[in-house]
Amino acid sequence: MNKEGSVGVVQTEYFTFAEPPDELVLESERTLGPITLAYETYGTLNRDKTNAILVAHALSGDAHAAGFYEGDSTPGWWDVMIGPGKAFDTERYFVICSNVIGGCKGSTGPSSENPRKGKPYGLDFPVITVADMVETQRHLLDHLGIEKLLCVTGGSMGGMQALQWVASYGERVRSAIPIATALKHSPQQIAFDEVVRQSIMADPEWRQGDYYEHGQPEKGLAVARMIGHITFMSDQSMEEKFSRKLKNGHYSFEFGADFEVEGYLRNRGDHFVRRFDANSYLYITKAMDYFDLSGGRLIPNGKAIQTRFLVISFKSDWLYPSYQSQEIVRELKTKQADATYCELPSTYGHDAFLLEVEEQTVLIKHFLDKTFNGYHVADPHGI
Amino acid sequence: MWQIPMESNGIRLDHQIIYGIVEPEARVLDLGCGKGDLLYLLAREKRAKVQGIEVNDSAIYECVKKGLSVFHGDIEIGLAEYPDRSFDYVILNQSLQEVRKIDWLIHEALRIGNRIIVGFPNFASIQARVMLFFRGKAPITSSLPYRWYDTPNVRFLSISDFRDFCREKDLKVLEAHYLGRERAINLWPNLFALNAIFVLEK
Repeated sequence: MNKEGSVGVVQTEYFTFAEPPDELVLESERTLGPITLAYETYGTLNRDKTNAILVAHALSGDAHAAGFYEGDSTPGWWDVMIGPGKAFDTERYFVICSNVIGGCKGSTGPSSENPRKGKPYGLDFPVITVADMVETQRHLLDHLGIEKLLCVTGGSMGGMQALQWVASYGERVRSAIPIATALKHSPQQIAFDEVVRQSIMADPEWRQGDYYEHGQPEKGLAVARMIGHITFMSDQSMEEKFSRKLKNGHYSFEFGADFEVEGYLRNRGDHFVRRFDANSYLYITKAMDYFDLSGGRLIPNGKAIQTRFLVISFKSDWLYPSYQSQEIVRELKTKQADATYCELPSTYGHDAFLLEVEEQTVLIKHFLDKTFNGYHVADPHGI
Repeated sequence: MWQIPMESNGIRLDHQIIYGIVEPEARVLDLGCGKGDLLYLLAREKRAKVQGIEVNDSAIYECVKKGLSVFHGDIEIGLAEYPDRSFDYVILNQSLQEVRKIDWLIHEALRIGNRIIVGFPNFASIQARVMLFFRGKAPITSSLPYRWYDTPNVRFLSISDFRDFCREKDLKVLEAHYLGRERAINLWPNLFALNAIFVLEK
């Protein structure tokens, strides 16, 4: 067994490009610039630059995937998977994670200053897509001098970015690990996102997105996040975590939070409004809803695909059910791509991609090893 | 899983026979690939381009540990997407007898593969016959090791049955190999062989 550790203290870095007049042309054909991407890297890029892995985050994630900030005790969002001896072994690989555009964690988004107006963009920020997110990451990789990624990976919206990388720049991707994700958003997923957006926009504090002088539409954003958390869990995980347990042991016969599950959701909502921008939630959910690589758009017809795939889904995930991962797999079979699919048993629901460390580690570690080294060093009996 | 005797080099007898059939660099799909020992052998030693389908959770992990590309799922629902003639060989080794829609599966396998390699336990081996005839019990042999209530097998066939099937369905038998406990069987295989491996073509 490898020793597992932390990448230690890390720092966020920033890369700015698309300065006017060379603004980035978005999928909507609108332009955006300058664009700043917040990103972090872990491990060391080898001399041939063949060991780079791009980790893409989900809806509310950020560039801080692993390690700790100076003086902080909370690790990055996928610290269980990234580090020395872990699934994405930073002793072997160079891991990059960047905050998506449209976000609010250091990359350009609706809360960033609009240089034309000298105040935050608000709804003047153009609607972005997953393809636009990938386009900005491509600029970052060019800046870092990385021609080809060993792997691009992520869960949920991160998995969409991984798939979009294959569609946009398949020749620059040796392998992709899309986890708990889909080839396209289903009507049910769009419906949840629409309820989430409506709850933000129904809050009078939202002020048509121009709220930055006044403060966030906290109530709307908190409700939006509560809806999100329900969809991230499973019936079973909620039963295990909360059952019908009462906060104070008895009914209050008022509308306070009697049940622990109510308290939990309120707590998550309140916590979220302190760390996330309401407009970013609108923009990013919209980008996910527009995502659709079905109908042969993942791998264009007649194009040989060299990218290897590891597709992972979770049995209890009802937000991104296994059938959606199987749709990805069917598409890959049609194109005769080298692919592995695994449905992991888990009761955590969609959250499983952040929590089911052991099985994911086994799969990812060996998949990456094969991608990096081929069969000759694989030792099936040594594990 | 049935314990097939190992040769001195540690490779199962049936795997050795299949290894001998598959040409170098062939495209191979193994339906019910288990822990991937056969595919690993073919990938490593014959540089075959291999792919497996397996339903068992822990077997899938073993395959990935070997660096193999595998799909987690049922072999009866995972074939439709493959274009015609995607593979040189489709292998159904010790998995055929666990499948209900045999006719359909073999048809599909021969659509996506040029040839198929089918390996199955012989229900009419002398050991099985003795147990049924003299002891009046459902046969338990080294190739049919399960009790009646815990067997994964749903089809019980003999070598003669399978030959009849091939004739009826117009399948061309290119090769047939018969396996005893420790070595190949040439004399009266339907009586003496515990297992058979057929190579078929449309």
